Amino acid sequence: MTQGIYLDNNATTMVSPAVVEAMLPFFTEQFGNPSSMHQFGNRVGLALKQARAQVQTLLGAEHDSEIVFTSCGTESDSTAILSALRAQPERKEIITTVVEHPAVLALCEQLEKEGYKIHRLKVDSRGRLDIHEYMDLLSDRVAIVSAMWANNESGTLFPVEEMADLARSAGVMFHTDAVQAVGKVPINLKDTCIDMLSLSGHKLHAPKGVGVLYLRRNTRFRPLLRGGHQERGRRAGTENTASIVALGKACEEAMQHMEYEKTAVRQMRDRLERGILAAVPHCFVTGDPNNRLPNTCNIAFEYIEGEAILLLLNKQGIAASSGSACTSGSLEPSHVMRAMGIPFTAAHGTVRFSFSRYNTMDEVDQVIRAVPPIVAQLRKLSPYWGENGPVTDPERAFVPAYA
Amino acid sequence: MWDYSDKVKEHFFSPRNAGAVTGANAVGEVGSLSCGDALRLTLRVDPETQIIKDAGFQTFGCGSAIASSSALTEIIKGMTLDQALTVSNQDIADFLDGLPPEKMHCSVMGREALQAAVANYRGEVWKDDHAEGALVCKCFAVDAVMIEETIRANALSTVEDVTNYTKAGGGCSACHEGVEEILTRVLKEQGRVFDPTGAAPVLAKGKKLSNLQRIRRIEGAIEAIRPNLQRDRGDVELVEVDGKNVYVNMTGACVGCQMASTTLDGIQQRIVEDLGEFVRVLPASAMQHRV
Ligand SMILES: Cc1ncc(COP(=O)(O)O)c(C=O)c1O
Ligand code: FES
Repeated sequence: MTQGIYLDNNATTMVSPAVVEAMLPFFTEQFGNPSSMHQFGNRVGLALKQARAQVQTLLGAEHDSEIVFTSCGTESDSTAILSALRAQPERKEIITTVVEHPAVLALCEQLEKEGYKIHRLKVDSRGRLDIHEYMDLLSDRVAIVSAMWANNESGTLFPVEEMADLARSAGVMFHTDAVQAVGKVPINLKDTCIDMLSLSGHKLHAPKGVGVLYLRRNTRFRPLLRGGHQERGRRAGTENTASIVALGKACEEAMQHMEYEKTAVRQMRDRLERGILAAVPHCFVTGDPNNRLPNTCNIAFEYIEGEAILLLLNKQGIAASSGSACTSGSLEPSHVMRAMGIPFTAAHGTVRFSFSRYNTMDEVDQVIRAVPPIVAQLRKLSPYWGENGPVTDPERAFVPAYA
Repeated sequence: MWDYSDKVKEHFFSPRNAGAVTGANAVGEVGSLSCGDALRLTLRVDPETQIIKDAGFQTFGCGSAIASSSALTEIIKGMTLDQALTVSNQDIADFLDGLPPEKMHCSVMGREALQAAVANYRGEVWKDDHAEGALVCKCFAVDAVMIEETIRANALSTVEDVTNYTKAGGGCSACHEGVEEILTRVLKEQGRVFDPTGAAPVLAKGKKLSNLQRIRRIEGAIEAIRPNLQRDRGDVELVEVDGKNVYVNMTGACVGCQMASTTLDGIQQRIVEDLGEFVRVLPASAMQHRV
């Protein structure tokens, strides 16, 4: 980043320079259709093959044919869930969680209207699942379990490998939305019981509009898009070759930076978190601090509103977010924060800082300096904040007439 | 485009033994124009030794059909007829350093032409034993007719069976939907219903335990917990393992203890961890409730 400090990498990431370089020829001299017989097509076909192998390596998949390129994370999620329902029409239940991304939740809501039974696993105050609630729901009526690997807002990790083991032993398919996890935590799918996994290119320094559905060999499957023979007939449509090549390169780079993510990126995140918690009263970290993505920190600033914080941060060139990219357009407190039982006075004031390998410690220090005055300024305006601290019993002290 | 090996390309661009052999005494013709593939194989066989002295091909077909024909003639020259009959389509593909899955049928055509030529030499009539249907499994070049006939002949009922008998579905698994469709149709004709769950799922990392091993593990997990309970003057014993349900008896201070359900949860968690599979721990009193 040349201008400003970008701490919103869970929303999307910068396309890495090496990735741009790798994809550019596929707009110009390498424009061929990979299905064509001639050399124009052939070279592109070989490039796709390489990209598939690069994704396979990052995911630790056993076979490269388990990688199916799609148009985005959302498409991968929909494909996985709808496939499970179509392949097993006698199974009418789905297990998911209350904190999934809308890509899963909104689909499940629609399926509920169509008559499917949706079980949404609850989370505790730190965003953790109750594994017993989950076990009790597993049965041969369940078509698929879909649980995210890492939460986009809090970064909290779900024990998806254990959950997949349990699902397998109960004879139930398991899908994970790993859009936020891929590239940030090591993944080795061949040693798991995970049947399907979604990832999205733009979260790991590839462009927007390309994703992958990992589909374990022998998993019963029904395509979402039928048509040509692309992706072995499992996802028809002429390949987005430039972006697929880019995603392959991005996966290769993610593999190389995995250690950096776990150490340097984490150190930046931790320093920011400690710095803010030390300087700002009445704020706390949401989610499960001991079990989360190394790049994410979500802080609730009590008695003030997140969007106002974002606007003031933005004025100083600092980009963060409040709620997920999809929910930040609305003023509703995020469903993830509500599910964790964060009180309204804090849920509205959650700010997510999400890092990438392109951030620096210097940026961290600038943000640590910028945040306390912003919070103080907004609290001065807040009806929930007195002279030197929160008013007693804020929920009762200020009850707007329209509430 | 097809990912042809260098060997395939080489045999396509400079085919060996192209054209009919002069003085041929064996001719095999397979394929048809409508299939887009046809091959005439001509051989000159030494009547004394039964050795193939010369072989030539005339092929109508794609790049790999021509390369397969060329490879076939190279392989069989110098063999006796009986040796030549052992050449499989996989041998032809291997000779060419592999063929793309969609092109494996080209090597099948080569083998069939050979069988036809040998039959012709011996004065027998060669019967094309398979009508070709739509290609279902691209990984192993298996068509619909072949799958359907194999299902009927061997009373197959699962995708796994079909894979074991025909190889179809044993690769990338993208064709399983197609195989399931054929199974559904054939079984329906026989008044049966295709049950996709017929084959039991396998656990990851090959950790499939025998029943005895399973019960040993469960016992082990319970033994490990007992000292904790005994410290509070309670105890637990294993009563019965029934599939995914593990029944235990809580004794001593555990009886009527308000923590009993928490304790059961703890035991369950421990067993699940040790076993690596999903089980439910229930009090033995729940046994009579089950149907
Ligand atoms: C957890 C999660 N799943 C799915 C998505 C959607 O991915 P895409 O934008 O590629 O459709 C996102 C992106 O915001 C996400 O964070
Ligand atoms: S197409 Fe049948 S296994 Fe790949």
